[in-house]
Amino acid sequence: MSVEIKTAAIDPVRQTFSHVARRLGADKPASRYQEATFDLQSDCNFHYRPLWDPEHELYDKRRTAIRMNDWYAFKDPRQFYYGTYVLNRAKLQDTAENNFDFVERHGALASLPKGLARRIKAILLPLRHVEYGANLNNCYISAYGWGTAITAATTFAMMDRLGIAQYLSRIGLLIDGNTGESLAVAKDSWMNDPVWQPLRKLVEDNFVIKDWFELFVAQNLVLDGMLYPLVYGRFGGELSQAGGSVVAMLTEFMDTWYAEEVKWVDAFVKTAAAESQENKAQLSAWAREAAARTRDALAPLAKLIYLEEARAVLDDAGAQLQARLVKAGLTV
Amino acid sequence: MTDKTTAAAAPKKLSLKAKYAQLTRGLGWETTYQPPDKVFPQTHFEGIKIHDWEKWEDPFRLTMDAYWKYQAEKEKKLYAIIDAFQQNNGHLNVSDGRYVNTVKLFLTGISPEEYSAHRMFAMLGRNFAGVGPQIAAQMQSIDELRHAQTQIHTISQYNKYFNGMHDFRHMHDRVWYLSVPKSYFEDAMTAGPFEGIVAISFSFEYVLTNLIFMPFMSAAAYNGDMATVTFGFSAQSDESRHMTLGIECIKFLLEQDPGNVPIIQRWIDKWFWRGYRLLTLVSMMMDFMVPKKVMSWKEAWDMYFVQNGGALFRDLERYGLRMPKYWEQTVVAADRLSCEAWNTFYNYAAAANFNPWCPTAEDMDWMSQKYPGTFDKYYRPRFEHYRELEKQGKRFYNTTLPMLCQTCQIPLVFSEPDDPTQTCYRESDYNGMKYHFCSDGCKDIFDHEPEKYVQAWLPVHQIYQGNCFKPGTDPTAKDFNPLAAVLEYYNFGPGDNMDYAGSPDETNWLKWKGLAKSGPLKMAS
Repeated sequence: MSVEIKTAAIDPVRQTFSHVARRLGADKPASRYQEATFDLQSDCNFHYRPLWDPEHELYDKRRTAIRMNDWYAFKDPRQFYYGTYVLNRAKLQDTAENNFDFVERHGALASLPKGLARRIKAILLPLRHVEYGANLNNCYISAYGWGTAITAATTFAMMDRLGIAQYLSRIGLLIDGNTGESLAVAKDSWMNDPVWQPLRKLVEDNFVIKDWFELFVAQNLVLDGMLYPLVYGRFGGELSQAGGSVVAMLTEFMDTWYAEEVKWVDAFVKTAAAESQENKAQLSAWAREAAARTRDALAPLAKLIYLEEARAVLDDAGAQLQARLVKAGLTV
Repeated sequence: MTDKTTAAAAPKKLSLKAKYAQLTRGLGWETTYQPPDKVFPQTHFEGIKIHDWEKWEDPFRLTMDAYWKYQAEKEKKLYAIIDAFQQNNGHLNVSDGRYVNTVKLFLTGISPEEYSAHRMFAMLGRNFAGVGPQIAAQMQSIDELRHAQTQIHTISQYNKYFNGMHDFRHMHDRVWYLSVPKSYFEDAMTAGPFEGIVAISFSFEYVLTNLIFMPFMSAAAYNGDMATVTFGFSAQSDESRHMTLGIECIKFLLEQDPGNVPIIQRWIDKWFWRGYRLLTLVSMMMDFMVPKKVMSWKEAWDMYFVQNGGALFRDLERYGLRMPKYWEQTVVAADRLSCEAWNTFYNYAAAANFNPWCPTAEDMDWMSQKYPGTFDKYYRPRFEHYRELEKQGKRFYNTTLPMLCQTCQIPLVFSEPDDPTQTCYRESDYNGMKYHFCSDGCKDIFDHEPEKYVQAWLPVHQIYQGNCFKPGTDPTAKDFNPLAAVLEYYNFGPGDNMDYAGSPDETNWLKWKGLAKSGPLKMAS
């Protein structure tokens, strides 16, 4: 037996907004991602040239060398709009919170072999500054990119990177008993220790890239594409073997996050590369150049973590990136 | 270095504020490989002097884990209600079909600016040189994206049943009166970062939010618009964070250097007037468009600006600030503003994306009571005249395009501050051209930065220059109808414009409510 509730049905006049219908090819029901994303940015009849960049309009497609017939060709495979984004992150956050709680309650970091704790402090904590650099770079793309498909995705990435910087800070606070001493030491090391200087220089060099799509490639594709496998992937594995599975709990957010980042970043690069030979050549040139710079910048860190294996590990991270670039349609 | 893996016996408990401070500790970038001026190139050109960025703390002090958690809770509730609203034809519960015109004004005039704010705060989040304001601006950037997207999802249901908002973003870039909010936001975004934050966070959010955002949400509450009012409640805590940023930024800038004070004062003068002119649209919404009135424009202005704003500026006196220039004119004009605005939209019903109407007898009585000094004397006779003409089948339309103010882009429809019967005109010469203004405030703004405001994309000028026709339109064709061609450029369809009486919206509303003689609701399971 079925229960029927009588409801009044009235026929809608239309199914979705006209600008969405034009993209769907017909007036038909649209998803919330589509309604929240398509054409949300003004695209014509701008009033004033920016005082800070009189060569360009407020929003200007010429702020990148990449050319697209349609900037809404970029589709986030996660279909994130604000609501789905925060709901997803709240779930990840919940897991992370439980993990941090567990580690704290059991004083699990205290039982780490001594050398391992030192390595965590020396290797993981300074990376919070790299994360905050990634935050600023995604912020730049949200500021000067073209279209909501881009700016929404990079805004979510911007907040994620602040979140990761804060999770790294919490690892430090777990170790130093909330005094913040470990973070101060890590900052000092970040600013002065020769191991970190090439990487710090790399992030600063990325800060002054003007073309926002080039910055997207340098940060989200290349730097993350080498750093994450190098540190969180492999080092995480090594830590687990050495009795540090507790650390894997504390970096679980980063692992899950990175697996997800790869998907949308690759999808965006692939879309831009598929648009034209010119885009493909430009993206390939940017990626090659950034990969070379990035590899050099990561070399001392690789050496710190992996000693004589460093070269092999870097090669491996480089190969992983290469594979992604090829899959995205770039020539390397 | 000693290897202390164990912390002191019991780790210090951290308050939320202390936790935030630790988690963001030292994150600010002090670059040494690239010159700071290249990394943060926009912090000097406006003449603002900052000696210590560290003094500008992020007023929100929300860590990301807390942000995700709180915002997800809010989002769950909001979307549950939006879903219920859609499932139960919630749009049929509003006070009257006319109410939906308020929603059209909101979605075409305000929601796109939420997106603008998202972009502007991303610019600020990247360009301020301190970690506190960076994070605060970034949080506001993502909040504003939230507001744009949740407003679209909320109003999506109305779009399915009512006209006038189906191409809201396309209209936003083109329709004549929507250049008022568009140029307002673009003005702020194309200024430097300090002027931008003084414009939006302080002058708009802190001083005027209760006169922009809240009237729409209150109108929704009074008129049974469950979806919009839920959005409003859900955005309230975001808004109060944004207001906090507004007051903190002003105090920080004023405290950093005495040389900042006159610059800030000039920005406050400008953005107060810019904001006040933008509020013209809200004034007519409050007094004419909402079937069940919340309060009159004059009451709102008196409470939120004259009283609350007055107290605020008294408090800021110790920093050397005074009330914004020309504020007295706004008080004098409070008795007239909404009537002058609604009259204009009644005149140009063909070219706006909502359905206006001549006020009913009941509407006019309410106005007489709220505006005893002016309504019966100046405005009732005019509206009664319009109604008489309507009865005779001679509904008055103004078919001549109006002169627009070069600054605020509103037609020159406002009266002289000291004489409600005279239209206020001001003009300036610049590079051999004459520019026209609606007020002293708008003229002052132009005179200070003429090179900026001569660039304005003025809809009426653009129409006359032939820039508001679809590609392929031939203005030399024999049967060329310029108005029709402009409406085509706006992508107006039947029912998007013209009077509410007899509109498809009205017809549908009566049918759906079972008030029409024909076409009762069909029942379906």
